[in-house]
Amino acid sequence: MSEAVSTTAGTAPTMTGEPVLYSTDLVAGYIPGVNILNGCNITAYPGELIGIIGPNGAGKSTFLKAVFGQVNIRSGTIHLKGDDITGLKADKLVTKGVGMVPQNNNVFPTLSIEENLEMGLFQRPKVWAERFEFVTMLFPELASRRKQRAGSLSGGERQMVAMARALMMDPSVLLLDEPSAGLSPVRQDETFLRVHQINRAGVSVIMVEQNARRCLQICDRAYVLDQGKDAYTGTGRELLKDPKVTELYLGTLAADVDADKKARGA
Amino acid sequence: MDWGQILNTAAGELLSPVTAAYALAAIGIGVHFGYAGLLNFGQAGFMAIGAYGFVVPTLLFDFPVWAAFLTSIAASVLFAFLLGIPTLRLRADYLAIVTIASAEIVRYIVSTTGLTDVTGGAAGLSGFNGGFNALNPFADGIYGFGPWTYTENQLWIRVVGWSLVAIASVLVFLLMRSPWGRVVKGIREDEDAVRSLGKNVYAYKMQALVLGGVFGSLAGVIYVLPRAVQPANYGTTLTFFIWTMLLLGGAATIWGPIVGAMIFAALLTLSDGILRGLISADIVTFISGTQAGQIRFMIIGVVLMLLVIFRPQGIFGNKKELSFNV
Amino acid sequence: MSDTIVTHPLVDGAVGPGCKKVDPIVVADGVTRTFGGLTAVDVAHVEIPRHAITALIGPNGAGKTTFFNLLTGFDKPNTGEWSFEGHSLARVPAFRVARKGMVRTFQLTKSLGRLSVLQNMLLGATKQPGENAFTALIKPLWSKREQAITSKAEELLARFKLLEKSEDYAASLSGGQRKLLEMARALMSDPVLIMLDEPMAGVNPALTQSLLGHIKQLKAEGMSVLFVEHDMHMVRHISDWVIVMAEGKVVAEGPPDQVMNDPAVIDAYLGAHHDSDLGDMTGVNPVIEAKERAAEHAAKKEGAI
Repeated sequence: MSEAVSTTAGTAPTMTGEPVLYSTDLVAGYIPGVNILNGCNITAYPGELIGIIGPNGAGKSTFLKAVFGQVNIRSGTIHLKGDDITGLKADKLVTKGVGMVPQNNNVFPTLSIEENLEMGLFQRPKVWAERFEFVTMLFPELASRRKQRAGSLSGGERQMVAMARALMMDPSVLLLDEPSAGLSPVRQDETFLRVHQINRAGVSVIMVEQNARRCLQICDRAYVLDQGKDAYTGTGRELLKDPKVTELYLGTLAADVDADKKARGA
Repeated sequence: MDWGQILNTAAGELLSPVTAAYALAAIGIGVHFGYAGLLNFGQAGFMAIGAYGFVVPTLLFDFPVWAAFLTSIAASVLFAFLLGIPTLRLRADYLAIVTIASAEIVRYIVSTTGLTDVTGGAAGLSGFNGGFNALNPFADGIYGFGPWTYTENQLWIRVVGWSLVAIASVLVFLLMRSPWGRVVKGIREDEDAVRSLGKNVYAYKMQALVLGGVFGSLAGVIYVLPRAVQPANYGTTLTFFIWTMLLLGGAATIWGPIVGAMIFAALLTLSDGILRGLISADIVTFISGTQAGQIRFMIIGVVLMLLVIFRPQGIFGNKKELSFNV
Repeated sequence: MSDTIVTHPLVDGAVGPGCKKVDPIVVADGVTRTFGGLTAVDVAHVEIPRHAITALIGPNGAGKTTFFNLLTGFDKPNTGEWSFEGHSLARVPAFRVARKGMVRTFQLTKSLGRLSVLQNMLLGATKQPGENAFTALIKPLWSKREQAITSKAEELLARFKLLEKSEDYAASLSGGQRKLLEMARALMSDPVLIMLDEPMAGVNPALTQSLLGHIKQLKAEGMSVLFVEHDMHMVRHISDWVIVMAEGKVVAEGPPDQVMNDPAVIDAYLGAHHDSDLGDMTGVNPVIEAKERAAEHAAKKEGAI
């Protein structure tokens, strides 16, 4: 992994051998004495779409919150582009290039879409024009509905605004906490495709998801977190086909249902 | 400066009937807020209802002591219903507002000159402790030692007062570890969840309000039995003293209200004694005696702030419970 | 489709939105609820079949949760009548509805954070004499029942894989675990109809699969189930009947396969890609592909040497 390869494809980033973000043996928790993360090692290279799946209570959301300085890190480190960012507060992290989209309460409901995006660019208001252009190229509806109150948007639309807001600072890595949660199937698919689009535009993405199938279908590499440790890793395709991962985490519902359908000749 | 005298007085306060009354009232607020999540900012009102509910029938109708206790409790239950019926179906803040207002209403009613024949007006009432002292089983004499030396009547009121505190604490302990207590604590967390499990939330809240209110009223009786009832005492200051004691000790604990009341009472007396001592010894010359009386309340205010900022769980409270953003 | 009338064993007559059921447990008529100018619920007629697992699906904002709230007494309708097991439930307070055997869970979990997991469960039980203020004071009067419900609670917690957490504060559980706790807690009272609002949201797929067997078991034990979900695989796998709501109205009903092949439902709710692999649509990441090609290239070079 030592060669620098540049691509000519539009805004795709130059790939280097250095990871954009990695954690080493991360241990963290909320209540004193109880660790949720028990030595978590996750690495993301520039331009990748990383998925994190796993059972309930495994520490998926806790990992993102630990990266973003919202949970006490008890040992281990996190590095962003070579710098140690362990324990830095969220506002410093945003300056350094980490974008975060939390699962709930991720837009300001009384502000318009445009104002939400302005809040995203709070630290660097001068580059508004070019960032707004980037974000509306990805999601044209943001431009046509820019004055609409964010509180009047549906769940999926709010997700879109929240993601755009995080992108305004041109982050090196975008952290997404269960972006498809609570959405109907068609909106979930839209969300996953949007995430994919964002990644193709050159943003490295780390996505925690409960909809493991869809997540693995679109991501480049993924980690399965279990009891606070990374238990399995591989490309999305590899994990989708891995029988152990299927048995423990994915379930066979999707495959079963398809098999039933075929058997009935539907 | 007589340190011996200052410390003696403060130590004596630990067991005084006023402290017992404070503790009982704090136990009442503990049931309301600590366990049920009800915001009662009018405990002084319950204490006034209790005090007048005991004294007025005693003086006007010559009620025997046990009957006067009963009217006191009955008045308290009625008061709780009056407060609860309109507010318990609404958000907690409404109960808070209504209790502040109603406590003040009670105070004004008992001070008003029009009712002087019944309530004694602003001057209050006295001379009602005869019946109570007649029931005293202790023979005449001096009991105790050191700062805790009492005549037989002083001992009697302390025994009754602190026994009530003990009974109330045991009652709360038994209730809160029972399924009833579990429902009440659940209501504190989320009423709708408890409703969805088939519990009549309104009824439980009312029961908690009545229970804590009755404790407040009994506290009012103990408060006035050694001396006289005076309406000026039942303002919001008293309510917030009780709250400070509860938070100092720990809101949802058994020992919290008791230890909180004792420490608060002792500190109040100690600070008064020390300041006055310093003034009379000419060590502190820039404030007068009256100002000293007021400064110690400022100190109490600062202590309350520090408490809420640095140790909101109080002495006996559970830090873990507070680490959840509720 | 031709003019043939579609029938189904659960249905009395022809299948269609608002159709009568052979053995309904809930019948609702003319239920409306408006918030300001917005009509959240406008259900002309709907019947929930007894001893069946019914899924209620539809886009966000379709009124599913509001409808739940109305049926269970957590909200008051503008108009409407509905009955449960033949008894009218309109204007009955929420706690009485629960006592009659119609128990619901919440979309945004309401776990009682500062109580332990076990205490949450015990609260779900019924007929505990200790819940009366006077009986509570005399432990022998309620300790036997407490033991009984504790064993029941532990058995349910084990089934939902929460037993090790029984002494922990509910607030310390992860989001998905709280969902499971809420469902387990709702089962403590042996409801007649259990209404689950997105029970598997945030629950890991493998665990979801293992719980489906348990939900089917509920039906075998005589319960009726009504659940709201977005996970279509789950819906297909266990539901006997599907009701689709959109913009406050019931727009489609039927067995799962039929409903999910309905073009209108696909358009509004399922999405055209719901059966396909998104990866096939999106193609390969050029950055990753370049990396892989470079790695292959390096390996070939080494192999050649």
